[in-house]
Amino acid sequence: MVEFLSFREGEAAQEPAVTVESFTGQSNSTAVRIEAGEDARELLPYLDRLSLVEVNFPAYGDGRGYSAARILREAGYEGELRAVGDVLVDQLNAMRRCGFDSFRPDKALDDAAVERALHRYADVYQKTVDGRSPVWAKRHPETVNG
Amino acid sequence: MYRYDSYDQSIVDARVEEFRDQTQRRLAGQLTEDQFKPLRLMNGLYLQLHAYMLRVAIPYGTLSAKQMRKLGEIAAKYDKGYGHFTTRTNLQYNWIKLADAPDILAELATVEMHAIQTSGNCIRNISSDQYAGVSADEATDPRPWAELLRQWSTFHPEFTYLPRKFKICVIASKEDRAAMRLHDIGLKLVSRDGQIGAEVYAGGGMGRTPMVAPQIKDFVPEDEIVSYLEACLRVYNRYGRRDNKYKARIKILVHELGVEEYKRQVEEEYAHMKQLGLNPPTEELDRIRPFFANPAYEQGLADEIDRADPAFALWVDRQVAAHKQPGYAIVNISLKPKGGIPGDASAEQIGLVADLAETYSFDELRVTHAQNLVLPHVKKADLYAIWQKLDEAGLAEANLDLITDIIACPGLDYCSLANARSIPLAQKLSERFADAGRQKDLGELKVKISGCINACGHHHAGHIGVLGVDRKGVENFQLSLGGSGAEDAAVGQITGPGFSEDGVVDAIEKVTDLYLAEREEGERFLDTYRRLGMKPFKEAIYG
Repeated sequence: MVEFLSFREGEAAQEPAVTVESFTGQSNSTAVRIEAGEDARELLPYLDRLSLVEVNFPAYGDGRGYSAARILREAGYEGELRAVGDVLVDQLNAMRRCGFDSFRPDKALDDAAVERALHRYADVYQKTVDGRSPVWAKRHPETVNG
Repeated sequence: MYRYDSYDQSIVDARVEEFRDQTQRRLAGQLTEDQFKPLRLMNGLYLQLHAYMLRVAIPYGTLSAKQMRKLGEIAAKYDKGYGHFTTRTNLQYNWIKLADAPDILAELATVEMHAIQTSGNCIRNISSDQYAGVSADEATDPRPWAELLRQWSTFHPEFTYLPRKFKICVIASKEDRAAMRLHDIGLKLVSRDGQIGAEVYAGGGMGRTPMVAPQIKDFVPEDEIVSYLEACLRVYNRYGRRDNKYKARIKILVHELGVEEYKRQVEEEYAHMKQLGLNPPTEELDRIRPFFANPAYEQGLADEIDRADPAFALWVDRQVAAHKQPGYAIVNISLKPKGGIPGDASAEQIGLVADLAETYSFDELRVTHAQNLVLPHVKKADLYAIWQKLDEAGLAEANLDLITDIIACPGLDYCSLANARSIPLAQKLSERFADAGRQKDLGELKVKISGCINACGHHHAGHIGVLGVDRKGVENFQLSLGGSGAEDAAVGQITGPGFSEDGVVDAIEKVTDLYLAEREEGERFLDTYRRLGMKPFKEAIYG
C-alpha cells in the first residue's frame, strides 16, 4: 500500500506546512497549506520562496483544489504541489493533470490500482499544465509546434 | 456525422476497460456500494427504485442509423425491450443489471458511443438544435462547435468535481428549439462582420430556483470559445456554493454575485486564460466541420406533396417542417402516442427508425429535448412511404407542439428522487385531449410535467407546467402557467393550491376552455395568457 506518492526528483519537502494566513503574515516559512475555499492567488507574490504547497481535499467531491493547483502552476510555481486529504485512486490522474506532483492520502492506496489509474488514458483532450500534448495538438503538429 | 479517429476511439475504449475493472471490484466485494457509487455515477449508472438505470450520451442529439440500431439491440438484449429518450437528448435504459453494464458500454463503443459524464457534478452532454444544419435561419451549423466542446469537456481534469452538474447548449438560430437560456451556459453562434462567434448566456436553469440565463458576453470569437468557457467554469468551480446542494448550480452564484460582478470575474480570468494557449487551432474546427457538411442532396426535385390521403395530409401539416434544400423536408417523429409514455420507444420502433434514417435520411437522425425524434433530410417524394411505415409501427401521431406532445420525466415509477408519478398523469392528459380536432384547435401548447422539484420534466418552461410534490404522503400536483423554453424564455407562475391527479387534468381543461373563449386572432395559449395575466385563469380554475 502507498501512503505517500511523489513524482519529483529527490527528497520530499519535510517542513510542516502552515496556514495561508500565518504564511502571508510571516516571512520565513517555505511550506503552506491551502484549505478548500482559500484563494491560491494570495500565494502568487511568494512563489519564489515556496518549496511546498499542500492542497487539502476535505472530501473527494470538493473540486476546488484542482483549480488551486492549476492556478499555481499557470503562475510558474515549480515547487512541490501536494494533494492531501480525501484523495482516492480514481482522482489521481486528474490531479496529476492539474499539476500535483505528490500525494499524501488519508487512506493508503493500492500500488497496482495506482499504476493502472495513471496509465489508463494514453490521450487527453485538453491542454493543462502537465505538459501532455492534447489530441488536437497531435492532430495538427505543424500548426501547433511549427 | 462526426466519426471518431483513433484518438477518440482509444479514449472511449479506455473508459470501458476502466469501468469493467471498477465493476468487477464491486461485484467481488472489494468496493462497497458507498465507494462504488461515485465511480458508477461518473458513467451514467444510477441505482433506481427497481434496478440500475444506464444513461447513454447522444452528443448534441445526433445519431447515425448504425448507432440507433445498436441502441435498439441493447434495449432488446439487456433491458425489457425499451429505451427512454430524455430531455437532455440522451437515452436511458431503466432495467439494467450491474454485471451487464461493462458489456453494454463495450457494445456502445463499437458504434462510437459512450455514457461518459451523463451524470455526476461535471459537464454533461452538450445539447443543440435538432434542426441544426437543415434550418434556413441559422448563422452556421452549431454542431462542429458542439463536437469541439464535447471533446474539450470529456474528462476535463479541473472541472470533474464541480459544485453541481453543468449543462451547456449550443444553437445558431434566432428560433430557440433547445431551451438554450435554461442552461448553465448557453451559446448562441452569430455572424458578425463575416466572423463567427458566440453570444454567451450564463446562469439559467430549472430545479427549485428556475432562472432564465442573462447574457454575459455579446461576442466571443470562435477560436476563443474554449478559453472563455474555461474562465466561466473556473470562477464557478472556485466560488459556486458547496454547502447546500440546492444552491450549488451556477445560477445561484450568478444571482448572488450579481451578473455584473460574475462577468467582471470571468473577464479577469479570461484575460489570464487567453495567454495559456488553451484553444485548439482553427485547423481543428476545419477538421471537424466537413463531418457535418451537407449530404449529397438531389437537385431539381419537386416541392409538391400528394395530399390525397387525408390522414397523411394531417400528419404532414403537423410533423413536417421546412428544409433549407428545395425538394426536401424535416420529419418529426412523435414519441407521444395517445395514452403512451412520453419519450419511450420499443426496441422494434428504435430499429424501424434506424432503417428509415438509413433509407430515407442520409443515414442520420436527431433526438429533441421534447423527447421526440427527427429525420433531418427527407425527400418530399418519400414522405408518404415513411408515413405508412411509421403508422404501422404506432409512430405516426400528429401532435408536434400540441397539448398531447407532453414532456414528462420518469417520475416515481422509476426514479428514486421523485415525489410523484409523472407518467400516469401524462397518459391521462393524453387520453383526455386525444381528439385530433380539439388538439388542433388549441394549437401550440407545451405541457411539461416533473415528478419532483429537480424539474427534469422542464415544468417551469411549460406553457402549462405541472410539478408533482409529496403532501403528507399523498401525491399532489401544482399547476403553473406562462413558462417558455423558446427564444421568448420565461419561467411559469404557480396558479395556487395543488390538485390530485384527476384534479389537475380537470384544471388544465378549464384553463384551455378559458383560452378558447378569450383568445384573439392568431394568439397561441401563451400569448393569451401573457395578455390577460394570471387572474382570469385562476378564477376559472378555483372560482
